[in-house]
Amino acid sequence: MIVSKQWENWMGGIAAQNKLAARGNRLGDEGRTVKANNVVINGPFAEIKEMLGGYSIIRAESIEEATEMAKGCPVLELGGTVEVRDIIAMS
Amino acid sequence: MKEFALIFRNNTTNEAKISPDDMTALTKQWQDWMGGIAAQGKLANEGARLGFDGRAVKPAKIVTNGPYAEISEVIRGLIVVNAESIDEATEIAKGCPILTVGGHVEVRDIIQINMSKN
Amino acid sequence: MCRAEAFLLMQEKELIPYLYRTEFRKITAVLCRSLGIEHISIAEDLVGDTFLLAAETWGLKGVPQNPAAWLYTVAKNKAKDLLKRNTLFFQKISPEIQYAADDKHEIEIDLSVKNIQDSQLQMMFAICYPGIPPEAQIGLSLRILCSFSIDEIADAFLTNKETINKRLYRAKEKLKQDNVKIEFPSESEIDKRIGNVLTTVYLLFNEGYYSSNNNAVLRKDLCLEAMRLTHMLTENETTDKPAVNALLALMCFHASRFEARVGSNGELILYEDQDTSLWNRELILQGERYLNKASTGNYLSKYHWEAAIAYWHTITDNETEKWEKILSLYNQLLMMEYSPIAALNRTYALSKIYGNKEAIIEAEKLKLDNNHLYHCLLGELYSNVDLKKAINHLQHALKLSRVAADKKVIKNKISKLAKLKNV
Repeated sequence: MIVSKQWENWMGGIAAQNKLAARGNRLGDEGRTVKANNVVINGPFAEIKEMLGGYSIIRAESIEEATEMAKGCPVLELGGTVEVRDIIAMS
Repeated sequence: MKEFALIFRNNTTNEAKISPDDMTALTKQWQDWMGGIAAQGKLANEGARLGFDGRAVKPAKIVTNGPYAEISEVIRGLIVVNAESIDEATEIAKGCPILTVGGHVEVRDIIQINMSKN
Repeated sequence: MCRAEAFLLMQEKELIPYLYRTEFRKITAVLCRSLGIEHISIAEDLVGDTFLLAAETWGLKGVPQNPAAWLYTVAKNKAKDLLKRNTLFFQKISPEIQYAADDKHEIEIDLSVKNIQDSQLQMMFAICYPGIPPEAQIGLSLRILCSFSIDEIADAFLTNKETINKRLYRAKEKLKQDNVKIEFPSESEIDKRIGNVLTTVYLLFNEGYYSSNNNAVLRKDLCLEAMRLTHMLTENETTDKPAVNALLALMCFHASRFEARVGSNGELILYEDQDTSLWNRELILQGERYLNKASTGNYLSKYHWEAAIAYWHTITDNETEKWEKILSLYNQLLMMEYSPIAALNRTYALSKIYGNKEAIIEAEKLKLDNNHLYHCLLGELYSNVDLKKAINHLQHALKLSRVAADKKVIKNKISKLAKLKNV
């Protein structure tokens, strides 16, 4: 699959720079949304029209650098978005 | 055993309402909740706690400031649990402390790659 | 002296070194197990004395009918004598060895084929102990598991006898201190411990393959010993794991190019310049066999990826698919575990598919400025893009490189490019 090869090359490129902290995961189509008072709604979090497709963890000097690396993500070619966030180190 | 991601969301308004004392209590609740999952051998990955800085990269490489800004709900973090089914993972999610401060938990199945890494 | 006598003398002269190489490690392993980890040096000395006696006796009385059995009997008796004489001493230090008060109780030193195999494997686990530094693990492996002399080990590491002696002494003390047992690890531990062994054995192989030893471009001995040890692991049910077979496959594929890798003047010939008719087909087939054997179970080790990459390097008739596959495999390997070599090789594969200009962009992200291979790669990639930059990188590589064979190759490349520049 073309998408697979692009993903692999993109992540491989990050790994080659020794900046892949965690490969992460791809999320499937099954979903539940849990709210207060044990309310459970079927389906992924529906308040936005976009569904969370997956995540990875990378290393970078700054959020700007991380954002540059994110620009290579193949999801962008399919109309998707990449959200870049800093991680709070666990003590 | 399958793996499921638990994604935690809340909005900044709700979070602003939490007092320092409540925050201390909340932190302890998080530790107890995650410790409980780990004790059952079901914590596949401690995941990540996300901070307040953010960027959104969109097609044509457009970059906007702030976390994904289309909604007020922000992803706060995630963990990965082991469970037999999404229903079992959902039961685990019901214990998450973020629900007590106005947040939500999204439970999603994880697509397994055909090999285990280690 | 008649011809027959001369022949016998020659045989005997070669026989003892040959037997030393094959039997020293076997007998030492069994004795170590019987005497305990604290007495490795005593075991070594004892076996050493046995061979000295052989040299003296066989010269005068002739070579025995069954030389190996002779060695075993003598070593066994020496060990028993030692134990009898030092009963009290040993009782204080090694309470595990139980003695009856009277002499009738005999210590069994089992030199059966099975016990020899088991003892060597168990010594492998004991020696490949993460509590001692890697060079010490390799040094001790060479000494105990491969029958190398201290001189030979010093030669392999480009250092002197004193350094090696110190290194091995410290290692043995640490093993004693940490009470490392000479035994097969438990079910729950075995995968991790095998991992430790494979790391050491792989280091040993690379020591031979990428030899930093300037005297021999390829220390074939080291590679073959590494392969023999890995093969031993595959012969035992407990240790015959997929990762072990993957590593053995990897070594077979690399070893298949031994002849093609070294030129008539001892110079190193790079992969792309090799005469593929010199590749050892039998070793390639063996590698394939082990790679197939390794393809079981749910768990892929990094050796699986490396073996698959090595396998694709044996293919010469399908360049497109080959490099696509190799790139994909390097992606997976890097995602599992980063290493500068893998990063550089990945970029080379990338250049074969997408061209040098694309590859240069990726290469420069690697930022491995202190690595001579990084500059070699950039030199290679820039050679048809920007001659000045290419030569610059190669000169940098020359400065950083520490191995004579590598320096030769780089110098050749520089002069080739310089000629192009002046044209």
